[in-house]
Amino acid sequence: MVFARIGCAFAALLVASGMAFAQEAKPTDPQIAHIAYTAGQIDIEAAQQALQKSKNKDVIAFAKNMEQDHKAVNDQALALVKKLNVTPEDNDISRSLSKQAAAKRAELAKLSGAAFDKAYIDNEVAYHKAVNSALSKTLIPSASNAELKSLLMTGLKIFEGHEQHAEHVAAEFK
Amino acid sequence: MRRDRIGPTLGALLVALVPGAAGAAEVVAIRIEKLAFTPAEVSAHVGDAVEWRNDDFVTHTATARDGSWDVTIPPHESRRVVVKAEGKFEYFCKFHPNMVGRISVQR
Repeated sequence: MVFARIGCAFAALLVASGMAFAQEAKPTDPQIAHIAYTAGQIDIEAAQQALQKSKNKDVIAFAKNMEQDHKAVNDQALALVKKLNVTPEDNDISRSLSKQAAAKRAELAKLSGAAFDKAYIDNEVAYHKAVNSALSKTLIPSASNAELKSLLMTGLKIFEGHEQHAEHVAAEFK
Repeated sequence: MRRDRIGPTLGALLVALVPGAAGAAEVVAIRIEKLAFTPAEVSAHVGDAVEWRNDDFVTHTATARDGSWDVTIPPHESRRVVVKAEGKFEYFCKFHPNMVGRISVQR
C-alpha cells in the first residue's frame, strides 16, 4: 500500500542497518538517542499536520494524543541524555527518517477530507509498526546504558498502544 | 480476585450495616505503571470507590467497555469512580488499548 511506504522503508532501512551493525558495530547510545528522538519528532509533526487538516473527531483525538505522548517521551529522553551527559549524534538512519517524513508530509498536504484522514491514519499504523519493530529488534538490544534501555522499553509499550489505537481508528475508513 | 481487596470483610460489614451509604465504602487502589494496571483484576462491592494512580509520564484513561465510566488520569495524579452496579466490568486505556483490567463488583 502506498501509505505504508514510509513505514516499510523505515523497517527495511533499520533491518538493513541492523545487519550492517551486526557485521560492524551496533548503534551507539548517542545514535540511538538521536534516532528515537527523531522518530518521535516526526510523529509530532505528522500530528500537527493532521490537527490543521482533519475534521474527523477520532482522527483529531488520536493526533492530539500523539502530539502529547511523543512530546512526553521526548522530554524524558532529553532529561535523560542531559543527566547522562550524552550528546545525541546525528546519523544516516536519522537523516533518512527525516527525509522520508518530509516526503510523506508533502504527499499528505495534497489530500483533504476523508482521503487525508485515511492516508494519515494508515501511515500512523505502518509507522508505529516500523518504529516498534526497530525498537525491539535493533535499538533496545543495542542500547548499553540501563536507563536508556528502560526508557526505550517504556516507549515501546506506549507506541504499541498507539499502534492499536491507530488500528481502531483506521477501521473506520475501511 | 478477593485477595486484591483491601479489607474485604470490613467492607462487607460496613455495606451490610449501612446499605447504600456512600461514605462507608472502601477504596480499591489500582496503580498504573509502565503501561499496566496493577492489579489487573480487582473485586469491589457496590458503593466502593475504585481509584487509579497514574505513575507513568503519559496520560491514561480507565474506560469501561460497556460505557459505564470513562476517566482520564493525567501523569502522577489519581482519579476515582464509585461502582454502582453488580457485574464484571472490563476496562482499557483509550490511548493505549494494550492496557486492560477487570473489576468484579458484588452487592
